[in-house]
Amino acid sequence: MAAPALPTFGERSAAFARACFNGPLNIAISAVCIALLVWLVPPLFNWAIWTATWNGNAAACREAGGACWAFIREKFWFSVFGLYPYEERWRPGLMLVILVTLVVSSTFRAFWNKWLIVAWIIAAPLMLVLMGGGVFGLSSVATRLWGGITITGIIAVYGLALGYPLAIVLALGRRSKLPLIRWFCTAVIECVRGVPLISLLFMAAIMLPLFLPEGITLDRLARVLVAYTIFTAAYMAEVVRGGLQAMPRGQYEAADAVGLSYWQKMRLIILPQALSITIPAQVNTFIGLFKDTTLVIVIGVFDFFTTLRAALGDPNWLGFPTEAYVFAAGVYFILCFAMSKYSQRLERDFQPAGR
Amino acid sequence: MSTTVNAMPAARPLIPLPAGTTMRGLLWQAALALAVVLIGWSLYSNMLTNMAARGLQFGYGFLNRSAGFPIGEGIIAYTPSDTYRRALTVGFLNTMRVAVVGVILATVVGVLLGLARLSPNPLLRSLTGGYIEVIRNTPLVLQLVFWHSIILQMPSVRQALNPLPGFFLSQRGLKMPALLAEPALTTCLLALLSGAILWYGLARRERARQMEMGERKSTVVAGLALLIGLPAAAAALFGRPTVEWPELTGFNFEGGLALSPEFFALLIGLVVYTAAFIAEIVRSGIQSVHKGQWEAARALGLAPGRIMRLVILPQALRVIIPPLTSQYLNLTKNSSLAVVIGYPDLVSVANTSINQTGQAVEVITLFMAVYLIISLVTSFLMNLYNRAVALKER
Repeated sequence: MAAPALPTFGERSAAFARACFNGPLNIAISAVCIALLVWLVPPLFNWAIWTATWNGNAAACREAGGACWAFIREKFWFSVFGLYPYEERWRPGLMLVILVTLVVSSTFRAFWNKWLIVAWIIAAPLMLVLMGGGVFGLSSVATRLWGGITITGIIAVYGLALGYPLAIVLALGRRSKLPLIRWFCTAVIECVRGVPLISLLFMAAIMLPLFLPEGITLDRLARVLVAYTIFTAAYMAEVVRGGLQAMPRGQYEAADAVGLSYWQKMRLIILPQALSITIPAQVNTFIGLFKDTTLVIVIGVFDFFTTLRAALGDPNWLGFPTEAYVFAAGVYFILCFAMSKYSQRLERDFQPAGR
Repeated sequence: MSTTVNAMPAARPLIPLPAGTTMRGLLWQAALALAVVLIGWSLYSNMLTNMAARGLQFGYGFLNRSAGFPIGEGIIAYTPSDTYRRALTVGFLNTMRVAVVGVILATVVGVLLGLARLSPNPLLRSLTGGYIEVIRNTPLVLQLVFWHSIILQMPSVRQALNPLPGFFLSQRGLKMPALLAEPALTTCLLALLSGAILWYGLARRERARQMEMGERKSTVVAGLALLIGLPAAAAALFGRPTVEWPELTGFNFEGGLALSPEFFALLIGLVVYTAAFIAEIVRSGIQSVHKGQWEAARALGLAPGRIMRLVILPQALRVIIPPLTSQYLNLTKNSSLAVVIGYPDLVSVANTSINQTGQAVEVITLFMAVYLIISLVTSFLMNLYNRAVALKER
């Protein structure tokens, strides 16, 4: 049997036109849409491309009147590295290369084996040593000088890496038969999910130092990571719990029947399945958590967005906030959109055959 | 579970325990309880030591002291000489104001967008799709700051934009006509309320009649007449409520209702952001209804509007309500980002209070408790509603 011929361009445009303009209501809707596009797109194109300035200084930008992309060019590396000492910038640069390589290779299912975990476990402390220095002849750089995309990456990735195991423990605890453990885990999860992330950040930034024994201080970035880890754990725990609940009873009973202990049952039978069926949901949760890294603005940690915002204060480049926000939005959009497409693909891949 | 028969009867336990209790389980729980108590106690004693070292004392007594800082806007009267308790109340009411208005607007916009996303018109569908993707994939903080900067770049008060009669948009926010709070307004609102109640009663009676006799009479005309007629009659009898229009006098507007740039930016940001998520929830809820339901309803000869209202929506709502609840909670929690653009919500006022008094633990636990209570109450109410629309299993 011959495959049906794909519709030609002409046929497709005819179908499109038919769908847009059949009936008076549809014509009216299309007219409004077209009017909206005509009203929005040309001025936007004019601003972003036609009259935009790509090279030069602030004066040239003001003269041209359009978007000042020269400002973004000027501040690009600042938005990547923040206040990190100029001659040491290769260190966060190298760290970002390692981080991106690891993240990208983690997205391929062919690499999902124990070597990937080993690579992460080796790389995680290595990256922090590279950033912080103080050993191997690297000069020491205080965390308050770290900034830009580097910080966004560190908070998101380390928050996830630290929060994920905690999430599994909380999810198992919430499903535990032991009442005290179940109540405790439920209370932790619900309390964290019931309050805004910024209250956790305030707690970590202002309250945590009061709770530590005298003489022990925790670095500001470490405190942010504590808050972010707890937040990640509570949200991921609910995703993992969904996976645990979706497991058919037969899986639990079969594991009991072959005489596995609780931990063997969870580690060998239940968790591998529960975690893999929830991977798309985990990616979606992570997109939300990644967007929430911008909240560190409230306690003065310079992530990508806050660094760009700080660049707005440069007296040589006053008055280009829209460009900075559009650029930042574009970067976040590309990253989040890629992740959401990735999660949709995984969802298709994980769907059992024949459905 | 071992199936061997014990030769000896098991020894009677000293304390009768519930069935299924094992020694190991008890040990795990005891260890957890011990750890919680020990860690909690050591944190508490650390806190007392640390606070004493900073010359502070733990306690909520500071709530009765005078706050001494001004708050930009609020629903209730407030002056800097008022107490911290009152300042925090102003902040809480500001949070509730933006949350309640935001939830209502976001629901309306979100449902419309969700329906537009399912429109047969490809232009409308792809425009809404683009909007939803862009909004959902960028951080809310960024959007709030962006809206705030857009409003601050608006023309000055004298060149205020005037998109609708009586509405003025400038750097100072939005000015719009207001209804004066006076007895005439109260009577008209009461008349409107009784009109709505009467319409509801009428509709119920007609429904019961339809169930009994099978014939259907529309209540739209009678209901609209009640809804418009009663307030109109009240206005004619007891005087019309006054509409106060904003007027430009000198350097600012006088009269009318003012929305500050911060409130306006926060509201737009929250509504635009949450509506995109609600739209996706509505879309997937409607799509979750099986195609056969549409076909069956069409086969019965129902009009498209009634297919939606009587067949599709009741089933879609079951899928929609639970995630919608979490979006409402998200909006309320996200309103705490007001602190970034300077709207005096609960977190923002609390932050100022911490800076002034140093009572960080008390203030932070206080506002976390408030958010927890808001979350619990909202989920309780939405669960009630969810139970009402849930599948009635017979």
